[in-house]
Amino acid sequence: MKKILFIQRRPPYGTGFAKEALDAILMASAFEQEISLVFTDDGIWQLKTQQDTQAVGLKNFSPTFKALGLYEVKQIYVERLALEQRGLQLQDLSIPVTLLTTEQLRLLIQQHDVILSF
Amino acid sequence: MSILHTVNKSPFVNNALQSCLRLATRSDGILLIEDGVYGGLSHTRFTPELEQALAEFNLYILQPDLTARGIIEQTHPRIQQVDYAGFVELTVLYDKIQAWV
Repeated sequence: MKKILFIQRRPPYGTGFAKEALDAILMASAFEQEISLVFTDDGIWQLKTQQDTQAVGLKNFSPTFKALGLYEVKQIYVERLALEQRGLQLQDLSIPVTLLTTEQLRLLIQQHDVILSF
Repeated sequence: MSILHTVNKSPFVNNALQSCLRLATRSDGILLIEDGVYGGLSHTRFTPELEQALAEFNLYILQPDLTARGIIEQTHPRIQQVDYAGFVELTVLYDKIQAWV
């Protein structure tokens, strides 16, 4: 079993990266890999509460993050710096996460076998 | 001749909005759309630059893109929110459009 770290750095709707990453995470979990997920930079916007995409004609995939536990994806992190730079707090996020300092995130990257960055 | 500038990239990702603000003329309008709406928020790292821009330009922001991203409550109160019909009206109001893609 490999330790895989997914790094989400893009906002949810302007491009297809965020949705593709989520599909890849669910796929990797089906192969019973050990998965960690970290949101940093504009990736943390994916977790923002209150998303409502009806008027823009796109699918709101943010509820899927709540189901990640069922897929055995239980290690979900957010870099504190990215949160602070965007004026967000933990209660603005739709799922419980563990906050990391930049140094902790650097260590997390070192500790994984495979890094997939979206 | 006044220009409507549209910006569709987040200011945290590239400098499209910064370049727009540097090169726009005072009578111009700037409309934030798609991921560009992340540039129109309060309490972010970018907010000081936004507030300087608010003093110089007419700033607009596309409301459906805010709603989609769950950030309408964080939107800066001094930016004028427009819907799709308002977007169309702006394109008529200004002489030209420059898209900072």
